[in-house]
This record gives sequence, structure tokens and C-alpha cells, in this order.
Amino acid sequence: MALRTWRPALLIRRLSYIAGILYLVACSGISEPAEHHQPVEFERTLTEVRSGFDYQAAETQALQQDDFANPGLLWVDSGRTLWASECTACHGEIDAMAGIARRYPKFDEAAARVINLNQRIELCRTQQAILPALPYEAEERLALTVALTHLDQGQPFAVDITGKNAAAFHRGREYFYTRRGQMNLACHHCHEVNAGKRLRGEALSQGQPTGYPTYRLQWQTLGSLHRRLRFCNAALRAAPFDFGAQEYVDLELFLAWRAANLPLEAPAVRR
Amino acid sequence: MAKARINIPRNIRRGDLVEIKTLITHPMETGFRVDSLGVKIPRNILTQFSVALNDTLVFQADLQPGIAANPFISFFLRAEQSGQLTFTWTGQHGFTHVETRAFDPAP
Repeated sequence: MALRTWRPALLIRRLSYIAGILYLVACSGISEPAEHHQPVEFERTLTEVRSGFDYQAAETQALQQDDFANPGLLWVDSGRTLWASECTACHGEIDAMAGIARRYPKFDEAAARVINLNQRIELCRTQQAILPALPYEAEERLALTVALTHLDQGQPFAVDITGKNAAAFHRGREYFYTRRGQMNLACHHCHEVNAGKRLRGEALSQGQPTGYPTYRLQWQTLGSLHRRLRFCNAALRAAPFDFGAQEYVDLELFLAWRAANLPLEAPAVRR
Repeated sequence: MAKARINIPRNIRRGDLVEIKTLITHPMETGFRVDSLGVKIPRNILTQFSVALNDTLVFQADLQPGIAANPFISFFLRAEQSGQLTFTWTGQHGFTHVETRAFDPAP
């Protein structure tokens, strides 16, 4: 049986581990127990946030920044028209709704769960305005969502991850780091570990949700974040969840928190 | 229901060359694509876009299947007279969308 060779470097490394552990134990012994009402600081696995905008071609960026030619603005326009006919009776002018969109997803008492802005609009439409229910990706729902989100352009998300939102946030966080599909990859692997690299012709972005609803050139139309998430799942060869699934809403809440101080861009233009 | 956006620059003077930009919602389905069951999606495109200033045709374009959805069309117009600009998009299956805008260059 061969004896293990004498390796001083290994010994030093091991000793330093032990010293480190001893130091941590000593520190935890000295420090006061953590206050329970203090908000928990979750670990951020991204060191620097970058918008999906940065990964686009110059022409796509120019299209998004054009105040006229950005095709997403067509939906903003029709959302504002819809608002004027359906929503002003209760809510007044749409411009008074600034600062609302960036607080979603959040816990809703009427729904008794965490919902996103699109679902909040649908609840309002069907229960207050007594309008017929529409599918998640309906033009009207997208238009109202993007018109409200457009009011918060340039502002960061302001979601609450404590209290009644905490459970959804934890589920969303778990989703993000869980491997899935035949590819056996978590969101974390593509959008954090390998963000900035290329996957064939496609640049891997950080998967930031700040541009949604987004006009994607590939779709040739405006689409929701859930549509994008379904595409992500299909690319992993995982079965996508339905539009408006709680799994996606939870993930949306986590992503909004993860976007930190990135400004909202809706309607963004992406490839 | 189609939605159109039209941009005419402000503070224009007679004799100026002005750029007029237009955008309209339309799927511009090429007719070459198939759905998830392999059935061809029928062609549904805009066929013509025309602009008239006081009933005089000032710009016209024929659109083809290769043009992307929600077509953006811009053109230049010499501001020689005031009046009403009428924008007309016509497409397949009886699609028509008409928008009017005042056009009033300062003398």
C-alpha cells in the first residue's frame, strides 16, 4: 500500500480551514442573537445587474428608445384608450396610477394569494367592471398591463418580500435554483453562471424581468413574462406551466427582487 | 381593432421637407408558416398604404408578405399647402383602417 506523500501545502490549507472554522465559532459565540423582526437579507448570487437591453443589437436598442417607432407603444396607446373607457369610473385618470405597477407581484386579499399586475387587472375587470373573462395573453390584458407599467418607466421594482409575500418569494427563489427539464439546468445556470456567454447565436442575458411586457421581434408581437418563461421551460425540454400559473407568479416576485435597482423599461424591444 | 400611430413634426414652415412616420398593428401573416399541427396559416397581410392631402394622393406603397408585423412606414412630404392628411391602410379580408390628421405648415 502506497503511503501518502508528505505535502506541506495541503497541511497548511487544512490548518487554515480549521482556523477559519474556529474563528467563525468564536464569532458566533460573541455576537448577540439575531433580532427576529429584522428583515432577512438573502444572498444575491449576481454581483452586478445588467438589463437584457445591454445584450441587444444596436438596431434593436434604437428601436426600443425611439419614442415613436417602438412597436410596444401601440399597445400602450390601446391600453390607455381601454383605461379611459373601462377604468376611469373607479380609478380616475391613468396617470394617477404611477408607482402601482412596480409593486407587483404582491399578495391580494381578494384572491387570497400573490398575484401579478395582469391578474389584478383581470380581477378588476371581471369583478368590479363585470366584463367577460379573457385569457391571460389577451390583447386587452396585455395592453392595460403595459400601459400601467409604462407609467413607471425608469423606476426600479418596489416589491415587498416580507409578510404575506414571503412564502411566494421563497417558492420563487427555490424555483430559480432548481434544476429542471431534460437539460437538467436551473435558471441560475444560464442566467447567472453563464450570463454574457453565447449559446449558439444567442447571447445569454441575466434574465431580468424589467422590460416586460416586451415586444419580441421573434414573436412579432407584445408578450408577457409568462410567455417568455414558457419559452425558457420548453428550451430546457421541461413541460411549461400554464399562463398565470402560481409557479410563474412566485418566480416573477423573486425576479423582481433580484432585479435590484434596474429601471423598468416596458415596453422593451428584444430579439 | 387596429391601432395606428402617426407622427407629424410640429412647427413646420411652408416649403419644409417633413418626415411623416406611421405605425399600425397588423399580424402580416405571410401564408408560408404552419401551426403546431402542420396546417398552413392562411396569408393575411396589408396590401396597400396610401396618403392623400385634400384628396390628392401624395404617397402610396404596396405591401408584400416579406414585411414584418406591425409595419412602420415613413415618408417625406414637401409642405406646400395646408389641409387634411388622410392615411388609409387596406388589407386582405376586407381590412381597412383610416386616420385623418390636420396638416398646417406656417407660411
